[in-house]
Amino acid sequence: MQQKIPFYLLIILLVGLGLGSAVYRHLNLEVPWLPGEIREVWSVEARLEFTAKGEGVVVQLAIPRSQPGFTLLEQGTASPGYGLSYLTEEDTPAVRWSTQQAAGKQVLYYRARFLLDPVGSPAWAAPPPIAPAPILPEPVTLAANRLIQQARQQSASQITLAAQLLNALLSENQQVQLLEQNRDQPAAAMLLMRLAGISARQVTALRLRHGRRNQETHQYLMVYEGDEVAFFNLSTGKEGRPQRLLIWEMGDRPLTDLEGGRNTRVSFAMQRDVVSVQQAIEQKYQDDSAAQVSLHSLPLQEQQLFRGLLLIPVGVMVVMLMRVLVGLRTSGTFMPVLIALALMQTALGAGLAGFVLIVASGLIVRSYLSRLNLLLVARISAVIIVVILLTATFSVIAYNLRIVEGLNIIFFPMIIIAWTIERMSLLWEEEGGTEVMKQGGGSLLVALLAYMVMSNSYVQHLTFNFPGLQLVLLAFVLLLGSYTGYRLIELIRFSPLTPQDQSGALPGKNASVDNRKPE
Amino acid sequence: MGWFISSGKLRDLGVLGMNERNIDYISRHNERRLFPLVDDKLKTKKLALAAGLKVPDLLGVVRYQHQVREIAELLHNREAFCIKPSKGSGGKGILVIHDHDDEQYFKPNNQALSLVDIKRHTSNILAGLYSLGGQPDKAIIEDLIHFDEQFIHYSYEGVPDIRIIVFRGFPVMAMMRLSTAASDGKANLHQGAVGVGLDIATGVASHAVQFDRPVTDHPDTGMPLTDIRISDWHRLLHMGAHCFEMSGLGYLGVDIVLDARHGPMLLELNARPGLAIQIANSRGLSGRLQSIEAIGDQVMTAEERVAFVETQFA
Repeated sequence: MQQKIPFYLLIILLVGLGLGSAVYRHLNLEVPWLPGEIREVWSVEARLEFTAKGEGVVVQLAIPRSQPGFTLLEQGTASPGYGLSYLTEEDTPAVRWSTQQAAGKQVLYYRARFLLDPVGSPAWAAPPPIAPAPILPEPVTLAANRLIQQARQQSASQITLAAQLLNALLSENQQVQLLEQNRDQPAAAMLLMRLAGISARQVTALRLRHGRRNQETHQYLMVYEGDEVAFFNLSTGKEGRPQRLLIWEMGDRPLTDLEGGRNTRVSFAMQRDVVSVQQAIEQKYQDDSAAQVSLHSLPLQEQQLFRGLLLIPVGVMVVMLMRVLVGLRTSGTFMPVLIALALMQTALGAGLAGFVLIVASGLIVRSYLSRLNLLLVARISAVIIVVILLTATFSVIAYNLRIVEGLNIIFFPMIIIAWTIERMSLLWEEEGGTEVMKQGGGSLLVALLAYMVMSNSYVQHLTFNFPGLQLVLLAFVLLLGSYTGYRLIELIRFSPLTPQDQSGALPGKNASVDNRKPE
Repeated sequence: MGWFISSGKLRDLGVLGMNERNIDYISRHNERRLFPLVDDKLKTKKLALAAGLKVPDLLGVVRYQHQVREIAELLHNREAFCIKPSKGSGGKGILVIHDHDDEQYFKPNNQALSLVDIKRHTSNILAGLYSLGGQPDKAIIEDLIHFDEQFIHYSYEGVPDIRIIVFRGFPVMAMMRLSTAASDGKANLHQGAVGVGLDIATGVASHAVQFDRPVTDHPDTGMPLTDIRISDWHRLLHMGAHCFEMSGLGYLGVDIVLDARHGPMLLELNARPGLAIQIANSRGLSGRLQSIEAIGDQVMTAEERVAFVETQFA
């Protein structure tokens, strides 16, 4: 019993490691538990249009960065004839185009792809320092102070205060008119915030709608209070951030800054793509360390290979279950897994038909070979050659009959099939056809079961995206390997022992159990 | 009688299952390095001779392909013989010839084989067709056993043998295996031979099975199986018990044949004996195995162990 404890510790360790790594991947890398989850990727294009004066041009366009809700996947520009630099180290990132000389209408494009990303993005930029109140004419200060006083009475926090102030601005009373005499509404709002000591910034935002062109930006007010951030639409005063609101610029600056041109106009076009989570994650973490993304970092072809390889342990476990718990006999321990793998490449029906066809014709050929008095190695080599010829023949026939699935029999492992044929034909000679049917049928049944499990999309998703789960499989296989209970088939096999006089068996058995217990 | 038995009931009956046999008995009591001694019949034979046990006479060994050509000369002087793969299992590849005229060789059912057939069979054996894992093998040619007259009606075209399960040197269960038409003259239960459970203390038949189902008479000869009684049973038990010291294997199947002229002879040893013996005896193995485990590690002679069995398992 003592030696069992390290064994169970090992099992627990394996299960813990496996599940732990899976949970880690789920939480930190957002790998979903279930397949088929999708994410939105938005392509946004800013079109900057202006008339150049015929001299040197330097133009800056503010650009967005990753933010809560959006992760920047990639960006690029289309600007023939212009030098380009990204100013991403600045407080407000921008792209700068410049050229020696330009005249007439100029159009520059900036494109970015954003993943609509509910989790795992950087926090908002820190609140800006509150600037000291500017020196204003007496009546304006008075009007503003009155507005702020009124609003304070009706609010509990900085955010609600900001809401009240914005509401007040929308009403057309005297104080508001006074405030808005020399400035537009956003500027008036910002002024009020400064006077009220609220840390806030004015941001330029873009509402994403699928397939829209010529979209304009919207002005929002972003109010900080502690860790909280609230957004207010400056034109309506409404609080809240729509889900697909992309904050384009948050430095209280104009979107563009142009030297050597006039009539600047910025418009936006946007497009939504729906991608699988895997694709999205791949793009999101492509710069990250390879270890984190593991298999996704491999080239596509190798990924496909591993998709198949990582399924084999599942198939192997099905075989183990069938042999250890049920007691089915298969010809060749793990041949069913290989058949199942081959079936995954072919369509199920066509694959099974092809397999039975090849094995059956192989058996016929083999029965002739057995009369030739050959050495074993020669005979199996001959069977391999014949099996390959048969496969080629069937493929050609199937193709000419326009049965495309027929081509897929090439996926069957030829040498394994040759050995199967050899073993089956020996079995036939020695034990008769029924034993062949029993073992062949058993193999096919287990292969079918393994195929059903391995082709399940959930199983495929879990094995490929959570390689750590292989450790759980390993633990299960180890446990199964120490199972000493009865096999299902034995319950039938030993049924003749059931009834009548067991008088002889019981006393001896009881005595021995009593002897054993104290050990 | 139902066709199904619950696992709780099986456990109550002390029936040993395949998984339990593999893990708790074979892998715990049979050292892997000892397996070749019993998997290779030639080695077993030498071992048995050294230990003073009787075995069927060895007529010749064919080790290399070129020796197959000379097999006719080797067989010329022998009227009856059998050709076996040295590393065969489950009775595979055993060819019994009871008469020949150097051209035609007759199987017990009088089917004639040509010399070419014999040569092919031999070279198949050498190529490892019947051996465990397909490894190259030797063909051994043995004198045919002339089995005891009293069993002539209990067997169809084959030699009946006695299988004794020996656990740590204690014979725990025994049965007689009778070939039938269904088993093609072979004495392996899964091929359709009849298994007759023998009382381990007395050698008297109790139950019988074929294809894992109870039978009362031999299916081909119609003889009532429960009349069987093995004479000189004590000697067989002693032989079985002695095989433990000889082979070192803790969980062992000992196959013994009763030769009319030479008495009981050791046919072969099996490191993975089957479980059908439980059906033939209509009782489970676990109880007896556990009471032997309870004895502990005290050293007992073969004679003491047989005495233990004869009193405890009577």
